[in-house]
Amino acid sequence: MISRRDFLQTSMAASAILGASSFGNWGRLAAQQALTQDQLLQFDTFGNVSLIHVTDIHAQMKPIFFREPSINLGVGENKGAVPHITGADFRKLYGIDDGSASHYALTAGDFAALAQGYGRVGGLDRVATVINAIRAERPDALLLDGGDTWHGSYTCYHTQGQDMVNVMNALKPDAMTFHWEFTLGSERVNEIVEGLPFAALGQNIFDAEWDEPAELFPPYEFFERGGVKIAVIGQAFPYMPIANPGWMFPEYAFGIRDENMQEIVDEVRAEGAELVVVLSHNGFDVDKKMAGIVTGIDVILSGHTHDALPEPVLVGETVIVASGSNGKFVSRVDLDVQNGRMMGFRHKLIPIFSDVIAPDPEVAAVIDAERAPYMEQLTEVIGQTDSLLFRRGNFNGTWDDLICDALLSEREADIALSPGVRWGPSILPGQDITREDIWNVTSMTYPQAYRTEMTGEFLHVVLEDVADNLFNPDPYYQQGGDMVRTGGLGYRIDVTKPQGERITEMTLLSTGEKIDAAKTYQVAGWASVNEGTEGPAIWDVVESYIRKQGTVSITPNDSVQVVDA
Amino acid sequence: MELTRRDAIILGAGALVAAGLPLSASAAGEDLIAAFTGGAELGEGGITLTAPEIAENGNTVPIEVDAPGAAEIMVLALGNPTPPVATFKFGPLSASRAASTRIRLAGTQEVVAIAKMEDGTFAKASSTVKVTIGGCGG
Repeated sequence: MISRRDFLQTSMAASAILGASSFGNWGRLAAQQALTQDQLLQFDTFGNVSLIHVTDIHAQMKPIFFREPSINLGVGENKGAVPHITGADFRKLYGIDDGSASHYALTAGDFAALAQGYGRVGGLDRVATVINAIRAERPDALLLDGGDTWHGSYTCYHTQGQDMVNVMNALKPDAMTFHWEFTLGSERVNEIVEGLPFAALGQNIFDAEWDEPAELFPPYEFFERGGVKIAVIGQAFPYMPIANPGWMFPEYAFGIRDENMQEIVDEVRAEGAELVVVLSHNGFDVDKKMAGIVTGIDVILSGHTHDALPEPVLVGETVIVASGSNGKFVSRVDLDVQNGRMMGFRHKLIPIFSDVIAPDPEVAAVIDAERAPYMEQLTEVIGQTDSLLFRRGNFNGTWDDLICDALLSEREADIALSPGVRWGPSILPGQDITREDIWNVTSMTYPQAYRTEMTGEFLHVVLEDVADNLFNPDPYYQQGGDMVRTGGLGYRIDVTKPQGERITEMTLLSTGEKIDAAKTYQVAGWASVNEGTEGPAIWDVVESYIRKQGTVSITPNDSVQVVDA
Repeated sequence: MELTRRDAIILGAGALVAAGLPLSASAAGEDLIAAFTGGAELGEGGITLTAPEIAENGNTVPIEVDAPGAAEIMVLALGNPTPPVATFKFGPLSASRAASTRIRLAGTQEVVAIAKMEDGTFAKASSTVKVTIGGCGG
């Protein structure tokens, strides 16, 4: 008798072969004009259940450019494992040809040149077309949103998330979980969630005072689809009050709470769930670890770390799907569930090439209506760029180099710090920089650009602390961002060392002197999680700096030396 | 006196023997464990310590210990200036041998729970709780 495990492997092998006519094929097409919507959407409907996963959209309603990271180091057991493989190694692993559409969609190399050919990605009106096409083949497909949806743009900030709520409602999701949403403040989050026409889930969203499950966010929701009883369990970002300002949502506590996850999985199984899906904002490595600890999860739809993987990763009998960020991808997962067991799956990571996939007119109209009151502010050209501006990567990216330069100049500081977030689209060389572009990489509810004094010793503590949030060998101690970006400060980092020993050779770039532990430096930064932080909003600082520059040019930054051997 | 939930939890769990021995932090942990066990071997398993991996607030970290068949459970925060946190004692009629409370942690450190079972054996569980200055998530 063939075991369930064999079935999964057989299905994997089959999908690898089928990949020649789905994923692999569009990868080998030479140019964008050879791509068609039909090819991008081609999928042989399988089994009896379809899941559609979107995550980490960060309020990007319109098509954008988005460069994936060229450096994304794994540590401990995850060293050299996906998603910690980038560039040519990634293309080799998945059999992607250089210069192909999947090279452009999934890796960083030659980004500016390929972007000219393949164009922008994302746009929720295109995402709507993909969702509608899947629903045409499987009308009761579940649409699940992994969160980081109501954050990240000018209009999202000015409407306190309402623009994204309205556009997402037009896509008709079935359930959602959360992260940056909470930085709207608990009062606003509660207000939106109370009116949501779909499930707002989080088994790890607790009442901070009583340490009991928060009533507004149930742990799971049952769905009956294709004759299958499906439990979708939510897992919000575990470290919200640490990575983001906890004072904005003091009523809530989070954490991984895998022991509670196990209890919930057991509970839904006992109530007859035939398929258990976790809609997660843990981050990929945390989900991998959790899948090895909690038994009984069939599928984890993974968000938070913004990884886009063309194939799922299997941990035991749990399938983990990573669907990218910023509206760039939609994952479709078809499952065959028989007699209460998942017998096989078929998966496709669908890249949203905005020039290939036609916008859905209905959702396009909703998006335009949300943007209309703000068009004058959004489209104002602030300057131009000679350089590719991007954010992703474990260490400095050019967008943050520009932001750090703005902080050093406008706030007259020795050293600048910019948070290692992973959201924010890219701008191509020669493009205008509009106000919308600046907000896309800075928008948040705690934008104050502070200026403060720090000793060399404290700066070292800060860098070590952030480095351990990223490079602790145990994924459960990782928060999922990237290293804090530094301006005016160079350092050497050995990611294999323990906390306190990773950061050495801290150097003040303006003089070339070593940072003196006892000396005090003027430090400018933004996105402090501390209540009462004062200073102008970061987007005003950056706008003022770009206006003075006219055209910005970013010199290659080699001030961080990385050791990972 | 107002009975808080915290008090209720502690009362419900059994008598709390207040901690606060005037020992220096260094090496105090091993001495305290030896004093509690009388040098007996520590088994793994039979006791569960639930603590957050990263504390949301180092000043009030929720923890829970659960050891079926335990007569006493000692909790130590090894990195605190004063490592002893609490020793929970359970009578023979205690329905569950579990307790939850909130503790203050001076920094990233190991929290240890040791159960003295009714049969005289000992079991240990530990968990590293990170206290971080926080900052930026993806």
